[in-house]
Amino acid sequence: MKARTLFDKLWDSHVVEQLPDGTAILYIDRHLIHEVTSPQAFEGLRMAGRKIHNPEAMMAVIDHNVPTTDRSKPIEEDDSRQQIEALEHNVKEFGVPFIPLQSDKQGIIHVVGPEEGITLPGMTIVCGDSHTSTHGAFGALAFGIGTSEVEHVMATQTLLQKPAKNLKIEINGTLRPGMSAKDVVLAVIGHIGTAGGTGHVIEFTGSVIRNLDMAGRMTVCNMAIEGGARSGLIAPDEVTFEYIKGRPNAPQGADFDAAVGYWKSLASDEGAHYDKVITINVDNLEPMVTWGTSPEDVLPITGNIPDPALLKDESQRLRKQRMLDYMDLKIGTPIAGTKIDAVFIGSCTNSRLEDLRAAAHVLKGKKIANHVWALVVPGSGVIKKQAEAEGLDKIFIDAGFEWREAGCSMCLAMNPDRLKPGQRCASTSNRNFEDRQGPGGRTHLVSPAMAAAAAVKGELTDVREMI
Amino acid sequence: MDKFDILTAIAAPLPEENIDTDKIIPARFLKTTKRSGLGKSAFYSWRYDENGKEREEFVLNREPYRQAEILVTYENFGCGSSREHAPWALLDFGIRCVIAPSFADIFFNNSFKNGILPIRLPREICEQLVEDTKMGANAKLTINLEKQEIIRPNGEKISFEVDPLRRQLLLDGLDDIGQTLQHVKSIDDFEEKRKQNQPWYPKVSAEKLSS
Repeated sequence: MKARTLFDKLWDSHVVEQLPDGTAILYIDRHLIHEVTSPQAFEGLRMAGRKIHNPEAMMAVIDHNVPTTDRSKPIEEDDSRQQIEALEHNVKEFGVPFIPLQSDKQGIIHVVGPEEGITLPGMTIVCGDSHTSTHGAFGALAFGIGTSEVEHVMATQTLLQKPAKNLKIEINGTLRPGMSAKDVVLAVIGHIGTAGGTGHVIEFTGSVIRNLDMAGRMTVCNMAIEGGARSGLIAPDEVTFEYIKGRPNAPQGADFDAAVGYWKSLASDEGAHYDKVITINVDNLEPMVTWGTSPEDVLPITGNIPDPALLKDESQRLRKQRMLDYMDLKIGTPIAGTKIDAVFIGSCTNSRLEDLRAAAHVLKGKKIANHVWALVVPGSGVIKKQAEAEGLDKIFIDAGFEWREAGCSMCLAMNPDRLKPGQRCASTSNRNFEDRQGPGGRTHLVSPAMAAAAAVKGELTDVREMI
Repeated sequence: MDKFDILTAIAAPLPEENIDTDKIIPARFLKTTKRSGLGKSAFYSWRYDENGKEREEFVLNREPYRQAEILVTYENFGCGSSREHAPWALLDFGIRCVIAPSFADIFFNNSFKNGILPIRLPREICEQLVEDTKMGANAKLTINLEKQEIIRPNGEKISFEVDPLRRQLLLDGLDDIGQTLQHVKSIDDFEEKRKQNQPWYPKVSAEKLSS
């Protein structure tokens, strides 16, 4: 048999029918939904008199819109409340498994899925959210879809898809102290650009990936979309199986062993064909930070603000100049030392227990700068509890952080957590687009340890000087 | 969904790369349970100032581009989030066709599903079309989907590629759920086979989620 990649195997095992033009009807194992991209899909089903093909392939949770402050109070913003109520109503009407807002398990959908054992290797997983690529860390083909496709999966348990191309990114070397999965993936995006993975699925391989824990692997796959790829993939191994074992919705006992047997067969075969291969060495990697308004505009913390005049292409030059204006940065000055107003630790990229530990490690016994407003938003209620059991909440609070309830929060500022115009934020989230964290807000993407260091110093700074 | 066959309309230029979905429709406008009504908020930060007043200098605030049904833009249009609110906002504004050298994958898919035709053309041609859009009221392009060609104001024809299945759905104005449901037996058979071969893939248990 022809040598196949992990992606090829996932694809082949889910083709229901191959249509003449090369499109496949692809079977979907798991469909995760949240309040923002699902209401119009439910409405579409209702109008067409259609049912959900298999509600037990689904999981619903509220995350994008929710306040991260006291949950016992009613939600003040009318439109947010209506969207949440619409989901509550819809899951009831259509029989979709649901984690309510008041549950300890509530959290960001891409954190909750793996945490509950709903995300498993070998599956196809979709969600109306581009960061669905996160679940690829388990060796599942996972990608974001639009609301029409959400409705299509609800009605048919399938999607019409064409196979993606295979891009392998092999990451070798040894990460130096202070460096994390976030620095790795920011460096990758800086290397390939925001459209570098368009039309591809990225399989991340190499010793650095193998040595990452599941939280780190999820961080890497989460940001595959920032490199233009709808999916990131990592072959499942013992680290993966250990993580899954005993999770509430995972197979148990003999079923688990049988599953592991199959999951081990998923890794790419020796000699499998990739359309493109990129090799990166991280021996000399430094903590990364974005300077512009696209995740590809990234620098080591020791770097200086680049000069757009050096770019050949005129539209590129104008674009980068506009970024500098928006970000209010000066050409040639070191990025370290840039004063910040806010710090956000959270999001589906970096809100897991390991991320909180990394930030707390930097903060322990320190205070944040007086002028900084700092938020830590755990990825789920489960993580929040675990962190509290370890005393991390106390470290954050003592340092001057606000310790919040789980949700997407200031990653996209759909809830009340947002920057004021002109404010500058060191953020562990995934997108530094204009206005993303609030109209006029300025975002620098960094790792949790770097965000903590920035909070203490009150400016972008090299975390290695603090640990 | 409205059919798409021949469109003759004003084309507006947005000669920039990497126009992301947060730019097309900021997240704070996603708190709706409807598909319609987003057009007034499309390109919000470019169209309006801090006080919500229209910015005169922005192209879509000027005549004749307020009537634009075609956008001509540059690489990686629609990058970022999966929000279908982006094509909904464009459609609600009146846009039926976007021409660019490349698109982000999810946006590209979402467009077809809402009757918007995304056309990929080389950068040089997009630059020529941007020049065409500067002809004001004469900045009209004709998009003929049947023949897969664009007719420029000077009469020159440019051919383009489009996936045959998606082309047909646009020409017929059909959604693809109905089409897929014709294959429901294959889907059921697939599920049955999967249950036998991999019986250990569990269902999502509502009970375990609530405990």
